[in-house]
Amino acid sequence: MSWFLMQKDLPGRKRLMLIITSFLLPLAVWSVISYTPFIWHPLMKVVDAGDSLYVEEGQRISISVFEQENQRLKESGGSVITGVRANPVYLPPPHKVLTAVYTAFKTEPRRPGDPWLHESLVHSIRVVFYGFMLSSIIGVPLGIMCGVFDFFSKLTEPFFEFFRYMPAPVFGALAVAVLGINDSPKIAIIFIGTFFQQVLVIANTTRQLPSPLLEAAQTLGAEGITLFKKVVLPAIAPHVFLDMRILLGWAWTYLIVAEVVGTSTGITWFINQQAKYRIYENVYAAILMIGLIGLFTDMVLAWIGRNLFVWTGGRRSSFFQMLVEFVSTPRDKTFSIVDKRGLRHE
Amino acid sequence: MNKLQLPSYKEQAPEVAERFRKLKEREVILETADLTKKFEVEKGAVTALEKVSFKAYRREFLSVIGPSGCGKSTLIRILSGLETATEGSVLLDGKPVTKPGPERGMVFQGYTLFPWLSVKKNVMFGLEVAGRSRNGAEAEALQWIEMVGLEKFVDHYPAQLSGGMQQRVAIARALANQPRVLLMDEPFGALDAQTRAKMQSYLLQIWRNVDITIIFITHDLDEAVYLSDRILVLDANPGRVNEMIEVPVARPRSSKQHLNPEYLATKAHIESLIHPPGDDDDDTLPMIKLTKAGDEIV
Repeated sequence: MSWFLMQKDLPGRKRLMLIITSFLLPLAVWSVISYTPFIWHPLMKVVDAGDSLYVEEGQRISISVFEQENQRLKESGGSVITGVRANPVYLPPPHKVLTAVYTAFKTEPRRPGDPWLHESLVHSIRVVFYGFMLSSIIGVPLGIMCGVFDFFSKLTEPFFEFFRYMPAPVFGALAVAVLGINDSPKIAIIFIGTFFQQVLVIANTTRQLPSPLLEAAQTLGAEGITLFKKVVLPAIAPHVFLDMRILLGWAWTYLIVAEVVGTSTGITWFINQQAKYRIYENVYAAILMIGLIGLFTDMVLAWIGRNLFVWTGGRRSSFFQMLVEFVSTPRDKTFSIVDKRGLRHE
Repeated sequence: MNKLQLPSYKEQAPEVAERFRKLKEREVILETADLTKKFEVEKGAVTALEKVSFKAYRREFLSVIGPSGCGKSTLIRILSGLETATEGSVLLDGKPVTKPGPERGMVFQGYTLFPWLSVKKNVMFGLEVAGRSRNGAEAEALQWIEMVGLEKFVDHYPAQLSGGMQQRVAIARALANQPRVLLMDEPFGALDAQTRAKMQSYLLQIWRNVDITIIFITHDLDEAVYLSDRILVLDANPGRVNEMIEVPVARPRSSKQHLNPEYLATKAHIESLIHPPGDDDDDTLPMIKLTKAGDEIV
């Protein structure tokens, strides 16, 4: 079968190959640029400075400067500079970044009192978490109410539509003036960046609720609060959950802006600091870490969604079932999976 | 070709006439008086229903049929309480209907099972809303599921069932509330012909075994004649009562009766009401001929 069929899914193995390739391809481009000396490598890394007074060992200079200086040295009879082709310092090779992912955690901060990498990460995650949670506590119920009742929709949404066009970062200075320089203004930026979108997105999702479901429930005797609890909420839950996954991604992007508001903190501070020291592999490692945390969170949420909303086509895994029973049933009861296994043996 | 000589649809065999006499002695469950529904549009109002009055007796199977745009769906939505009439009234057991309620069960054309609930939980929905205990509701729901023959699927989700099975669950769900009337809005309209025939036979069996009055909306003549005691034929634009027809086909019904003279006569009569003679002239297309001359297929 061909690889190119319009609007047809590829078979599992081909799909898996492509998914792996999608990660390997950029890595391959990066490796080729890093490890083959004749591709790009616009600089010369000095191995032996010779008699030159201007350069020192380890310095990266442009090839034209290198050649000019050697020309001059040759004419004056001194020993020439030797060097190897090199990439700029801001493009470390993959293996250096990979080791940095590990070593960055082990490296003590240069100035005593500065946070370690893991402390910076935890700080960032905390800021996103608080901002997103605060926004969701108000935004989700309000969004749902807007989707159900035109009253709330018309009372709030027109203003929110206007407000969301003001980029959250422009409120940075105001947030600092009102809330001080600690984490509060950062949380406020994430809140502003998330909240207005959240209300609008969730209101829209709620409006997609098929009205025949509501009507059917009404003819079965449900009304008011019962209708809301037994039909509206379960019907929109999987869609709202998906929205929340996407919105959490947005909150992450606001993090980087939020962290330079007031005093620079968290992972952004770490990145800026490492860039100042010109340890670029640490910069890449930190960026990679943000991506990995995001991807990991999203995968965990997707897994929870599949287990929680089984009727959308997922299956409840026995591990999730055990988690649910661990939380919801009395401690002295055995897990149902154990029961099932036990019965089969009898 | 000889023209088929059909009796008048008004001729009733003695046992059929006797059935109708008994039917009309039963109490009136549902009654409408001069129902009128107008929809506001940009230029004034459109009348969907005009002065529709009829009665449905206890345990009657009453169909409503009419050309598209005759307001049959509007009518059933008013009966269910999902919409309110502009004028006139709907009485259930003599009491006016103002809002949806469990005493008027409804089965819709589209699939309206709750996708997040299993078959069992779907059927239990109305019982739980009514405040029944979980165990009581469960036992009762299982009975209704058994009645529609889906006891093997109690823990399935609606998405795992075929269209016909979903409609059977919808019927069980509506009946579990033990409503006075069951309102059915083209419930088999989305099903394929075979499933549809099967569902019609299931429905007749259920109707025979349960104390229930059915108001059944359809646009399918065969379906209406096959299922109903009486058929309310509506005109379109505005939707008015054209005729209330007593179907002279004996019960119990079976698909073998589809060629009986009284069956054909009734069908032919309704056909002539819905598509008056001369109407056919309209459905020739202004075709351009793209075949070779002499290469005719008719």
